[in-house]
Amino acid sequence: MKLLSQLRQALGRRPREKKGIDERGILIFQHTSEVIKAESLLRAAGLDVAVKGPPPEVRTGCDLAIEFPLVSELKVTQVLEEAHIVPIQVLPLSDLLLEPVGLYHTKDFGDFLMVRAANMKLTVDTRDFCIVNVSGGGCPDVPYLAERLIGKRLFEAPDPRTLGHTLCGYALHLAFAEIKRQCPGS
Amino acid sequence: MSWLVVGTVPYEGFPLVERPCSLTNGKVRLGEERLPIVRGTLGLLAAATMAAEVLGAEPPTALLAGDTGHGDGSKRVYARLVESMGTRDESLLIFHYLLPDLDWHMKILWEIEERADTPTLVADAGYMYVAKMSGSAPSYDLFTPDVGEIAFLADELAPHPFYTRGFLLQEEERVPELILRAYEHENAARFLLVKGRSDYIASAQGILTTVSEPCIEAMEPIGGTGDCLTGIVAALLAAGKVLPDAAILGARINRVIGLLARPTPAFSVSDLLPSLPEAVDRVLTE
Repeated sequence: MKLLSQLRQALGRRPREKKGIDERGILIFQHTSEVIKAESLLRAAGLDVAVKGPPPEVRTGCDLAIEFPLVSELKVTQVLEEAHIVPIQVLPLSDLLLEPVGLYHTKDFGDFLMVRAANMKLTVDTRDFCIVNVSGGGCPDVPYLAERLIGKRLFEAPDPRTLGHTLCGYALHLAFAEIKRQCPGS
Repeated sequence: MSWLVVGTVPYEGFPLVERPCSLTNGKVRLGEERLPIVRGTLGLLAAATMAAEVLGAEPPTALLAGDTGHGDGSKRVYARLVESMGTRDESLLIFHYLLPDLDWHMKILWEIEERADTPTLVADAGYMYVAKMSGSAPSYDLFTPDVGEIAFLADELAPHPFYTRGFLLQEEERVPELILRAYEHENAARFLLVKGRSDYIASAQGILTTVSEPCIEAMEPIGGTGDCLTGIVAALLAAGKVLPDAAILGARINRVIGLLARPTPAFSVSDLLPSLPEAVDRVLTE
């Protein structure tokens, strides 16, 4: 019950005057890994959420925030409470939010295909869909993720989102999802 | 010249270690620890140590801790740097895979600025991100971004490459304008070495030169080639070369490594390093 009241308290901090069906808010968390977990859980629960960059005044370093429809507040509360994840702040959506990189760059090396999302690149051998390389990035989970992914086939490799903790890890998840989309037989 | 490489290793619980680095049987040796040569700070250290040996320079000292992305190891490294900076004597500091953290970054920079001497500062990977994010990029001597990262440096609003705005297209042919924009907004170090199909060496005066040959396409997907390049440039600086010459020579050496190793996109950084000594010799005797 404590978690639930903490969540409600956080969710109650925002102004309510202009709340409407399209109004959205953002959830700020202590750690990026919580954002990654929360996003997975909220999506799995069917909620329309998106990962965004928090406004500068709440930014501490390698940050992510979750944008969510305020109309779904109760469901968000329930899903996060069940997972024992508590946001440290809930803010009304403002135009200060930053959009993550949306473009993918694909490079064909013949037997190998490379996809880049933001600063992360993932390369697979298209003959057996084995992940052969992870490059780019600068956060400390990148070498760790590379060790976990390289040598595994796309269909058996863990989604970097389940192991990563940083924005680079999240960008690698995007590259992973895109390369899986481009290799449907994997 | 004594020099320090600061970064992390991808092993949970790996202790804080500060030791001179050497290579033993294809592993990075730090005191009693023997670590595999993988992408990241270990790749940088392996290339730096190997290049330093060929160049007759002192090997680097490494300051590392285990960090798989939670930031715990980075914080231990940051704390050690802050407490020890006043008594350190390295004249070259290389910052690498560390979780970006504004507060720790500023504490370290202030401690460096308190020193009587002025060490050369090189930042790559996560530490380059936080150096830019803090607005302190001009305090650094060299950044080594790739194409995605130069777009991030060019975007005065982006706190991380993940948020680089879409109009700053991350295309090779746009690199010159991205470099100009990065300097315009004071988000670049004194020198930039932008890694890509062509490597650009630039300063606030503009693009100084490009290095494009030999062009080995398969190098791009190989994780750790940028780490190696930063390590080679660092070793050249430790051997007495100055900027921008060290960056130009490093870019050439890294390309010749690719030529000699004949890689596929499935190569690892440890497959490339055996070609490093010959590449250094070739470029320095050109």
